[in-house]
Amino acid sequence: MAYARRRSRTRTRRSRVDEAPTAHARPERPPIVQLRETTVVYPGGHVALERVSLSIDRGEFLFVVGPTGCGKSTLIKLLIRELEPASGSVMVTGRDINEMSRDKVPLLRRRIGTVFQDYKLLPNRTVYDNVAYALQVTATPRAEIRRQVPEILRMVGLGAKIHNYPDQLSGGEQQRVSVARAFVNHPPLLLADEPTGNLDPETSIGIMQLLYRINRSGTTLVVVTHDREMVDKMKRRVVQLHEGRVIRDQSAGLYASEEDTTEFGVRLRSEMGLGEGDGKRD
Amino acid sequence: MGRIPFFLSEAYRALRRNAAPSLAAIVTIAITVLLVGVLVPVLEASSSKTDDVRDQISLKVFLFKSSDRAEIRDLEEQIAALPNVAEVEYVNSTQALKILEEQLDEQNILSALDNRNPLPPSFNVRLDDPDNLEAVQAALSPSDPSGSPQPVSAAIEEIVVADQTEQIREVTGAVKILLAVIAVLLGVASLFLVANTIRLSIYARRREVEVMRLVGATNWFIRWPFVIEGVVVGVTGAMIAVGILFLGKVTIVDPLSEKFALVENLNTIAFGPLIILLVGSAMAVAALGSGITLRRFLQI
Repeated sequence: MAYARRRSRTRTRRSRVDEAPTAHARPERPPIVQLRETTVVYPGGHVALERVSLSIDRGEFLFVVGPTGCGKSTLIKLLIRELEPASGSVMVTGRDINEMSRDKVPLLRRRIGTVFQDYKLLPNRTVYDNVAYALQVTATPRAEIRRQVPEILRMVGLGAKIHNYPDQLSGGEQQRVSVARAFVNHPPLLLADEPTGNLDPETSIGIMQLLYRINRSGTTLVVVTHDREMVDKMKRRVVQLHEGRVIRDQSAGLYASEEDTTEFGVRLRSEMGLGEGDGKRD
Repeated sequence: MGRIPFFLSEAYRALRRNAAPSLAAIVTIAITVLLVGVLVPVLEASSSKTDDVRDQISLKVFLFKSSDRAEIRDLEEQIAALPNVAEVEYVNSTQALKILEEQLDEQNILSALDNRNPLPPSFNVRLDDPDNLEAVQAALSPSDPSGSPQPVSAAIEEIVVADQTEQIREVTGAVKILLAVIAVLLGVASLFLVANTIRLSIYARRREVEVMRLVGATNWFIRWPFVIEGVVVGVTGAMIAVGILFLGKVTIVDPLSEKFALVENLNTIAFGPLIILLVGSAMAVAALGSGITLRRFLQI
């Protein structure tokens, strides 16, 4: 875990120096996610994904879009091995996750941060304890937890609500806690399943800004959404699914030049007609 | 092992934040343990009383008054050597008279009988199990070829089986079976009651368990706090019940046993072992109940 932190720091520095997407920095390393002809069949015979092949490079920011039931969420579940494919393989950091034994699955999940549409916070715990839980499962020493949790909560803009319970927070704030929990281990890969699905446009932009910032620190992001407008404005790689098949994979062509998080937020707001950031920074 | 404080604090948090279901589980366990705690001694006492009654079933072998000592001693050895015989007691005429006097609460029966003791000497034959009565009887007077019983010794005048032996045997047998059935039913009922209460309280938190899994917690990392919680709930419930039992013992049973030898002589489990048994099993059931119920939610 300390290793993960160190690595994410060096990556942050490098991406600032290079001023270029890290995705192109290391062609020799295996893609962080690689699906080969992956098919997922639910009990009852519904085919959720059909022979999907997909490769995601380190440092990428990838959107997965499509109508409800197209297999977007299935893709997320596949990557954290909540589901196993009927055929094909799922490689994460070059290893087939369906070949690892069941007791190794928690280790996989610690190295992948996940953000859910319904936040999935523990209702009986404060903001602090929710985020700390992700560190406690990895046996992080208490002193380290006490240092890291407030730091990450300040980063997501919740420094003042550290001892609140989830039901005392707004939807946007809860989603920020969820992002903080997913990122506190500094995983190389962060998945977000409809992270803005329950939020209003302004709050959504705040969350997107947060994810963008995390991506710029070197973490690969996969965001599942049906918010087409948001996706169009973000100008990142888009994979479109329809009835379990990839029908569009529009890569880097539309990438905007590297912009910092604030510029990104300002552009998003203006393009979505929300006026310039009303005091809300990342 | 540095995680033990964490697991303890997690269990404490769960108990505090889920006060209502925890309390329900504690009360359920307390009531169940109380029930078991009262019924175990009661069942045991009834069972030992039944055994007492059965133990009194014995054979009386009456001897001719004319039998000589050698004959009697031979016969005593012969009876004692039989299988299924627990004890042979020789009662001579004088002793028999004394027993009769005690039973009738009369002092001078002999004088009323012209100083002639009509009672014959006899053997009291106690059996290891009343069900072997016929076997012993047959061994003492096997049937001759014509079918009529022939005593094994010339000294034997008559072999008598107490009047109601058959009924006592049937009734006590039925009582024993009944007690066993009640005990088993009670055990099963308490097990299900406790397990179900715990199941409900965990079921209410299944989403929490799901989230823990998604964050990468191993199964045992999730399970330990629940097991500790189960132990705490089990012990708390059992202690409450034991407290009530102790009060009941001091205020009701102890004064009674001072007045009635009957209550005092009841052959039941001592209070100490009973407490250990109750607390131990409540703890085990609660902890196992938590651990096993969780399994359903821990499938990957």
